[in-house]
Amino acid sequence: MNTLPPKTDASAYNFGFLDEYAKKEIRRAILKAVAIPGYQVPYASREMPMGRGFGTGGLQLTLSLIGPDEVVKVIDQGSDDSVNAVNLRQFIEMTCPGVSTTTRTVEATLIQSRHRIPEHTLSAAQIIVLQVPYPDPLVVVEPSEDKRKTMHGEADYSRLLVKLYEDIVKFDEITLSHRYPTRINDHYVIDPSPIPRWDVPKINNSEALILFGAGREKKIYAVPPHTKAEPLAFTDVPFRVEHFHDATGNRRTCSRCGCDGSFLDEFTNDAGAKVYQCSDSDWCDEMLLQVKSWREVSA
Amino acid sequence: MNKILEVRNLSRIYGKGCALCIESTGPEADTNLCPHCGSVVAVHDVSFDLFEGEILGVMGESGSGKSTVVKNLYFDQAATSGQAIFYDAARQYDLFSLNSAQQRWLRNHRFGMVYQNPHLGLNFNITAGGNIAERLLMSDLMDYGAIRDRAKTLLARTEVLLSRVDDLPKHFSGGMQQRVQIAKALATQPPLLFLDEVTTGLDLSVQARILDLILEIQQELKTAMVVVTHDLGVIRLLTGRAIVMKYGRVIESGLTDQILEDPQHAYTQRLVASVL
Amino acid sequence: MQTPILQVTGYEKYFALHEQNKLIPSAHQVNLTVHAGQLVALIGPTGAGKSSVLKGIYRTYLPSSGRILYRDAAGHEIDLAQANEHQVLALRRHEIGFVTQFLHCLPRQATLDVVANPLLAVGGGRKEARLRAGELLSAMNLPERLWSVSPATFSGGERQRVNLARGLITRPRLLLLDEPTASLDPATAERVIELIENLKAGGTAVLAIFHHPETTRRLADQVVELAAPPAIEEILKEIA
Repeated sequence: MNTLPPKTDASAYNFGFLDEYAKKEIRRAILKAVAIPGYQVPYASREMPMGRGFGTGGLQLTLSLIGPDEVVKVIDQGSDDSVNAVNLRQFIEMTCPGVSTTTRTVEATLIQSRHRIPEHTLSAAQIIVLQVPYPDPLVVVEPSEDKRKTMHGEADYSRLLVKLYEDIVKFDEITLSHRYPTRINDHYVIDPSPIPRWDVPKINNSEALILFGAGREKKIYAVPPHTKAEPLAFTDVPFRVEHFHDATGNRRTCSRCGCDGSFLDEFTNDAGAKVYQCSDSDWCDEMLLQVKSWREVSA
Repeated sequence: MNKILEVRNLSRIYGKGCALCIESTGPEADTNLCPHCGSVVAVHDVSFDLFEGEILGVMGESGSGKSTVVKNLYFDQAATSGQAIFYDAARQYDLFSLNSAQQRWLRNHRFGMVYQNPHLGLNFNITAGGNIAERLLMSDLMDYGAIRDRAKTLLARTEVLLSRVDDLPKHFSGGMQQRVQIAKALATQPPLLFLDEVTTGLDLSVQARILDLILEIQQELKTAMVVVTHDLGVIRLLTGRAIVMKYGRVIESGLTDQILEDPQHAYTQRLVASVL
Repeated sequence: MQTPILQVTGYEKYFALHEQNKLIPSAHQVNLTVHAGQLVALIGPTGAGKSSVLKGIYRTYLPSSGRILYRDAAGHEIDLAQANEHQVLALRRHEIGFVTQFLHCLPRQATLDVVANPLLAVGGGRKEARLRAGELLSAMNLPERLWSVSPATFSGGERQRVNLARGLITRPRLLLLDEPTASLDPATAERVIELIENLKAGGTAVLAIFHHPETTRRLADQVVELAAPPAIEEILKEIA
């Protein structure tokens, strides 16, 4: 009998942690998802060495797509340094020898992100993988998955639109802050993962391939490059993104880099005052560099 | 007068059915339960025509299969066999050969249904206005202001207080729930409306006003209706023609006044005699 | 002699009461002919089947045998005993009126609308229909204060006038009258008689049952006397 010597280091694992059969199945699911934009393709979500809900769906996509010359960026809520992003990045580094990682959006070829799409417009050479907790936008109006599948098949989204109608009735506007239902290629409506409304227009006609992975719910879906993505809305109450205006109507700026065109996070500083800062940390760093170089030039 | 609906040999059997089902059920057998295989022959060999702007009554007691007939036609349930042709302006649809998307399209655009149980016709978790909006959104009206105006017009027409447009139907009285259901059914101005025991279980005075409303709507919009009821008063008030069902079979059909004054079948005679 | 509007030959009606296993004769071998502008009165003892004839023609009863040939406005001849339901409904709406002793109408509708509705159903405008209804009601001495009230609360005589007005408003080609003046006071009965004469003059054919022999004498161009149908045993023998 041919026994393999026991391996103790990370190289004991297959490249990309997943076995090749798992990768093959996931790649096939991805191909199907790309072929039918917005359609939720079921797949056999594997057990990962971390809890479901920590980005296992996105990670399985990333690990199936990754090659040794890939440059990977991992983001959690816009930041490369929060726990989830650091853990996933370390896991990828450990299980994919030779792969390089970066925090720079422009350098990355493969981006795995939780709840944000970078401010930098993505290019045709990039793929972004979004982690998805709840893949089906219809789950809020129809508990039966069987019926939901029929509704998707027939593009029957009237009950979803009624939710928006009721929102306007109650609050005079559509109050959904994230997971905004978006119609892909004039048919399937997707849950674009908990990205803010700010990021939804970036899905439309994107240069980069956008993939969505739900590990717990075992679904993969995609918005291929140059595909129409339309947030659901009424003709007379159109979709709009967050405006970040203060009480006087001025656009708030990032307290760190001064940018007035990015999605801002709000937090309270030690003095108890509200402070705003770019949610996308790489973007903020880049803006800060620009500001510095301008100052140098003008000095 | 043009025909709007033609139903031929409609049958619906619950259960696997057997060769003896038909001969061992029906009014003569005094049951709709097949003693050989245990299947229920809910509807067998029902045929009728409905003309534009006409109200047809389907009467019978519980278990006669009368509700099953309209549920089959409204695609709530699949018919076991038979044919139904819906004539819509220049087009005609063979209802039971349509795919589910086509059936849904007809349901949403060209048919309306008012159920006895408002839970079936209304979503109790969304407002009265939202219920009507849902039907309008199904038919691809995408303008919030227009949807809202139409919902208000419909609710005003069915005498629901406009101040209650944004209330949940679960806080409404039974009669008011039926009014919202009627408004919802009428939202797309369908040429064909199914009414399944719509006044059953309501107070008499409320019943009367709902029936008035239905008649007024019929006169205004010339909507063709199939009215299912066990109540001879409803039949007399609303319908011009009627069919009488027992154990899934049509045992008598004719002009409503003729059925009520000169019933031919022993069962109908008993039914009429028990009321008049 | 012009062709008649209505020609009834051998009309018979029996009721088969399944529960009691009985056959009840209601009308036996009735023959009659009605021409445009003519009034034919049916007379005979109670139980002779006078109402049964009217109901058979109107198809409230399904005739047991006989032919009821009706010539419609387009000149087509239809056997009402055999006509399909939609043919009958169309004729009822446009050509054949029936005024009974009893009023069947919406319980909660204003009298004026109750009367105007048949005219609306054949495509009249609401305004003209109500105007015409008002004319008829005043012609029959029904006080105007009652027009906006439902006839459900009316006295027998008042109801009868509403019923008459409703039957006359479309100026039917064939009018069936079942004791239309039975519960009217002499003055009102007189107005009703005038209205019927008026309709006759306009070409309406009328088949009527009158309570008072005097009314029959005044209005009838022809009288058809019915005898009580023989006992069922006799009829069965006859058939055998």
